[in-house]
Amino acid sequence: MGVIEGIGYLAGGFVVAAVVGMFAHWFDRKITARVQWRVGPPLFQPVYDFVKLLAKEVMVPEGASRFLFLSAPLFGLAATTVVSALFLRTVIFPGETFVGDLIVVIYLLTIPSQAIILGSFASANPLASLGGSREMKLVMSYELPFLLVVLVPVIKAGGTIRLGEIIQYQATQGAVIASISGVIAFVIALICMQAKLAKVPFDAPEAETEIMGGAYIEYSGVALGLFKLTQWMMMYVVPLFLMILFIGAVNWRQSWFNLLFAVLIYIGILLFITLVRNTNARLRIDQIMKFFWAMVTPFAVLAVILAFLGL
Amino acid sequence: MSLKIKALTKSIWVFHLAASPCNNCDIEILDLLTPRWDIERFGIQLVGSVRHADAILVTGSMNRKAHERVKRVISQAPQPCFVIALGNCACSMEMFGASYNQMHCLDEVTKVHAYIAGCPPKPEAMIQGIIALIEAQLAALKK
Ligand code: SF4
Repeated sequence: MGVIEGIGYLAGGFVVAAVVGMFAHWFDRKITARVQWRVGPPLFQPVYDFVKLLAKEVMVPEGASRFLFLSAPLFGLAATTVVSALFLRTVIFPGETFVGDLIVVIYLLTIPSQAIILGSFASANPLASLGGSREMKLVMSYELPFLLVVLVPVIKAGGTIRLGEIIQYQATQGAVIASISGVIAFVIALICMQAKLAKVPFDAPEAETEIMGGAYIEYSGVALGLFKLTQWMMMYVVPLFLMILFIGAVNWRQSWFNLLFAVLIYIGILLFITLVRNTNARLRIDQIMKFFWAMVTPFAVLAVILAFLGL
Repeated sequence: MSLKIKALTKSIWVFHLAASPCNNCDIEILDLLTPRWDIERFGIQLVGSVRHADAILVTGSMNRKAHERVKRVISQAPQPCFVIALGNCACSMEMFGASYNQMHCLDEVTKVHAYIAGCPPKPEAMIQGIIALIEAQLAALKK
């Protein structure tokens, strides 16, 4: 693949993720408003928010590590962009992905969290550090069950770690979710996704009402805008990852209906995220860890064992 | 430039600064978020950190202790940021003006961009005040 083509994919991935992510954020706020019997923000609200943040002054707090503080949002944004570009290529040419892209995606998906941790520790604010340490514990909680359930489609597709092969396997043999292990794994993946996106009930690192936005407390202007954009892009990237792994619904080569189907599933997942976040209260960080390690991980292990047995 | 200004007027994030109010104004601010008024329609949001703020709503009559804190918080907001005095207390100290623990009125400490009177002001009055602020700023920019 040439350099030009690579840049094209990166730019395409960024634009797609930003546009869909902004839509996802608007959708989330609109549904929240409707649940609370309000009208909600207009469609272009995320665009206004982002452009406004670009125009604001960037402040670096006294005592903060300037370089780390300002570069942390870029790490997260870059990682999300690369994941989105990889997905774009995987969806367009499922046959041409490289070996191990699944592993790369899993790695890259943790970088936004690490960017939040770095940025919050660099900002020299006690509440931000609290948010950062909570984010760290949150990552430690959900990462293990998430990795385990990602194993399920890998096992089903005959031990491949190429996203393209997983999609092609599902196109011929039926979706992973159509089996017992697949269903369990998908439900667990949904729960982990909620934590990855740091939505209620797993939003302890942000906790608006408690630690005032936690990790983001000292961020303003462009830096805050980039963090928000990364968050919104994650709302596109993570659900798409689950759809590729478990449903394989993005296989448009078979029929164009699959694309429509994929959009519907994506909106369904967004709706699920929003409704869960509106009907639950925030868990404390120790409750989150207990929940993931004591309740979710055993089920994830069960799903892997079932997958090995071919169920 | 015009896009930025349009975005700013369409997405005002408000930081609520309680400088020793009687708490009634604050309750009325929360009313703005309820289904009846729902200011999220206009992109207005309450935020928890002053670093995210585009407007600072100050309530209360600022006693001796609050005085320094208000100055410090306002100085921490990224520009452009507007200060709105909400309620008679913040506008003029009202009946607490003669009290032993009051020093200065809010507009003696910092530049205030809008005054919203009332004790407490009605949510409609607050919306009107914010609209007046936006229009005044747009008119000032056009000149
Ligand atoms: S203006 Fe009235 S309602 Fe508002 S803080 Fe002052 S006394 Fe309370």
